[in-house]
Amino acid sequence: MEVANPLSEVSEAIIEAGGEALKSCYQCGLCTASCPWNLVRSFLTRRLIHESQIGLLDLGSEEVWLCATCGACVERCPRGVEIIDIFKALRGIGTQWGVTPKTVKIAMGGILTSGNPWQEEREKRADWAKDLDIKAFTQGTELLYYPCCTPAYDRRARRIALATVDILKKAGVDFGILGPEENCCGESARKLGEEDIFQSLAKGNIDAFKRHEVKRVLVSSPHCYHTFKNEYPDLGGDFEVVHITQFLMELIEDGRIKPEKPFPKKVTYHDPCYLGRHNKVYEEPRKVLESIPELELIELPDSREEAVCCGGGGGRIWMETKKEERFSDLRIEQALEVGAEVLAICCPYCMLNFDDSLLNMGKEDVLEIKDISELVNEVI
Amino acid sequence: MERRIGVYVCHCGLNIAATVDPKEVAESAASLNGVVLARDYMFMCSDPGQELILKDIKEHKLDRVVVAACSPLMHEHTFRRVCREAGINPYFLEIANIREHCSWVHDDGATEKAKELVRAAVMKAYYDEPLETSEVAINPNTLVVGGGIAGIQAALDIADAGYKVYLVEREPSIGGHMIQLDKTFPTLDCSACILTPKMSDVGSHPNIDLLSYSEVEEVSGSIGEFRVKVRRKARYVDENKCTGCGLCMDECRLKGRITSEFDLGLGMRSAIYTPFAQAVPNKPVIDPEHCLMLKTGKCGKEGPKCVEVCGPEAIDFEQKDTYLELDVGSIILATGYDQQDPSAVPQYGYGKFDNVISGLEFERLSNAAGPTEGQIMLKNGQTPESVAIIHCVGSRDKNFHEYCSRVCCMYALKFAHLIREKTNAEVYQMYIDMRCFGEGYEEFYERLSTEDGIMFIRGKASQVTDRAQTEEEKGKLTVCVEDTLLGKFIRVPVDMVILCDALEPRADTEEMAKVFSIGRRADGFFMERHVKLDPISTLNDGIFIAGCCEGPKDIPDTVAQAKAAASEVLSLLARGSVEIEPIVASVDEEVCIGCGLCEKMCVYGALSLAEPEGVMTVNEALCKGCGACSGICPSGAMSLSHFTYRQILGQVEAFSSY
Repeated sequence: MEVANPLSEVSEAIIEAGGEALKSCYQCGLCTASCPWNLVRSFLTRRLIHESQIGLLDLGSEEVWLCATCGACVERCPRGVEIIDIFKALRGIGTQWGVTPKTVKIAMGGILTSGNPWQEEREKRADWAKDLDIKAFTQGTELLYYPCCTPAYDRRARRIALATVDILKKAGVDFGILGPEENCCGESARKLGEEDIFQSLAKGNIDAFKRHEVKRVLVSSPHCYHTFKNEYPDLGGDFEVVHITQFLMELIEDGRIKPEKPFPKKVTYHDPCYLGRHNKVYEEPRKVLESIPELELIELPDSREEAVCCGGGGGRIWMETKKEERFSDLRIEQALEVGAEVLAICCPYCMLNFDDSLLNMGKEDVLEIKDISELVNEVI
Repeated sequence: MERRIGVYVCHCGLNIAATVDPKEVAESAASLNGVVLARDYMFMCSDPGQELILKDIKEHKLDRVVVAACSPLMHEHTFRRVCREAGINPYFLEIANIREHCSWVHDDGATEKAKELVRAAVMKAYYDEPLETSEVAINPNTLVVGGGIAGIQAALDIADAGYKVYLVEREPSIGGHMIQLDKTFPTLDCSACILTPKMSDVGSHPNIDLLSYSEVEEVSGSIGEFRVKVRRKARYVDENKCTGCGLCMDECRLKGRITSEFDLGLGMRSAIYTPFAQAVPNKPVIDPEHCLMLKTGKCGKEGPKCVEVCGPEAIDFEQKDTYLELDVGSIILATGYDQQDPSAVPQYGYGKFDNVISGLEFERLSNAAGPTEGQIMLKNGQTPESVAIIHCVGSRDKNFHEYCSRVCCMYALKFAHLIREKTNAEVYQMYIDMRCFGEGYEEFYERLSTEDGIMFIRGKASQVTDRAQTEEEKGKLTVCVEDTLLGKFIRVPVDMVILCDALEPRADTEEMAKVFSIGRRADGFFMERHVKLDPISTLNDGIFIAGCCEGPKDIPDTVAQAKAAASEVLSLLARGSVEIEPIVASVDEEVCIGCGLCEKMCVYGALSLAEPEGVMTVNEALCKGCGACSGICPSGAMSLSHFTYRQILGQVEAFSSY
């Protein structure tokens, strides 16, 4: 008979890798019951934490890589356990043991060699802006636009960067880009337990921003927003960061842009985890949408703190998710359920996942996925 | 100045001696200025330890004593007594705390630190001056604030012993939360049946002056001689004339049209009302928010019916709030708790779904004297076929209250029993840990576990939703939870959800703490003097706390605390007077410039500027000896006896000379 003995060495290793939080868990299971995975398959967050507590954990298990770091569990955890830190630690150890999923290895390889997870060349980072006549950021430029690797390289997500630049020009904002001098923000790398890679990416960005005396950064991705705002300051980052939805609100309030053209459609809004739960930005995106004439804003059944993740956070965007296990499909269903014609988003990962789901579900005739920047650009 | 100081270094078993070398500390002290002998001893607080000091004082003509041992909170009074017995002023004793401040918190260097602490204490002792305690007579009257079970019990115990009690209750009737409950765990006796006899005793007790519908606004003075200002809210009914016949309530034009606070909005009342049938005093009040006469000056064409039917002409729309000044020797606070608003935990849908109710609402539903005459029913009048009880709503939760509310597990079991007794509904208990620790509690848990139709699911529910995923869930409320024992995420469709919402400090606890000059704990409840050894006293002498104002507790514990508070008061009354510590502030009138800074710092109101000279004066009865005034005084005019500049600077000098 197989005998299980607690392995304190394993739990100590997890704690050492940053998983200290696991000690506070009192095993109530609220995390499991809040986790979106349980909408599509069984995933017992609580059990994983307990297995970590007593060191009886299969580090090679697929479960270690499931967490999308959406924060739904952390939001409500009665003991304030930073569950995401536990997953970061488990993955860090998993990486040392060489059990990282293959697609993650490829993305991380790309980041190591060229500063982006898309295995694209660093020199091509500003190709999206080639014919747009955007100036390179120089000392004294008011605003740095940092599009994130995804809109910079991915053909579908590129429309976010294009719309944003269009708006900035219409509003007469003095802005520039850094192009090949930028690195990936490193959010996913960190959540995948690749702390060293994260540190080197962050250092590269912070140095570049300092070199050009960047004071204010506009981002399209809530993941970049979170990392720049909450994690870079510990590493010496000293600049203001603003998410596009906040910036649009600012431009509207200052009268620099005016949503004038009617948009007579039913629009629903999906709160990205890293803008909502992680940073409590709930109002600005809604206010921007509400400022558009004739736009009817309807809420999804699970919204704000309760919003269901698209499935792309925590590095999940680089991993394969089985067709019947995609949270983004559930979210599309919710949007259709409330009768929306447009699902408004404001995160490049959300865009990739929802675009995929829409195609797979064959619902592209009834629902459109639009970034808030696209929507605004159409009506000013 | 010649001094003869004795130094005693305690081992406290290994509590001190494990990290501090008491011998070395004593040897080092022996060479200090004024020290004539220094000893170490296993337990200074033991009888032989005390004897040792007593003998030395006499034989070696010691005039100052330094004991290096535990915190002065523990044994300062012991060694002061020894000094007094040996014939020297008790304030010639100094304690060097080498346990809590040294041996318990250091490994390396503890002996060196102990030596320094002793050196500073010797210096302080060197400059200590003799002080005399004074005596204050205890006023034989007592104030009890709050007329729930705690206040009722404390008032009765003191009154039965022959002393006068003023019982102040904010609501129109005494009874508190307990009178709202249906049955009480674990014995299932009816709450009103066991409480109303005590309530009537209060109402008719010759030694109890019941001031219902009243609030304490100001408290001044100190132990033995408190002065309390009480606002008696206008009842608009003359209590002396009213016979409590209740005709006015029946005739009120608004009868059945105003939601009843007592029934938590589940039942209705009139504008003139008593909160419930067995109210004490059984005299109604008029609610000025709703009464047509008070709001508009008009009530129907023929005038107010209450006036018409009131034989003794007790109704008085002209009544105003009045104020009473009471002199009392001690005060018991029994102000109870608030039930946390469950809508603060939005994921459970309280306020959004009709059939998500709070624990107290269930008590009213299940109570035979309640709005449904004891029938457990849904909002639409139907009987539920299934009920979920969610434990720990806002308790044991860092997002709300970190503490355990202590009563919920047991009342949840009681609810399950009542539901099974009155309906055929299946009951699901969603719990984290079952905490059934009191007398008969575990037995009750076992009894309920074996009853049919009650299921225990170990897990904290994540949400209550009305969005059905299956046929079974349609038209139901579904509770999402991980059954952590199964390791399975499950959805439980039910008709009714009861939330065991947390017991929390009264909304005005902070204000009350200021009025009574007592402290609050980090969790917001009133703070006891010592969590284990002095749980009834507060830091304000003569003010005691009982029941849930000190933290969540069940009825047996509340009654025990109330009786303990009464015994504290009776012990003061038996003594008749108390010694007052002579450690108070004083003013050097020559130096004081009357800037008033210290007056602003004094939280006890002990300082005031004496006009016209413009010099500060100290009310010694109010001064608690905290030293805030002498710390802030820019001219050095304010000083605190036993902590004078000379004494404190002497200690500092001792540290810095190292």
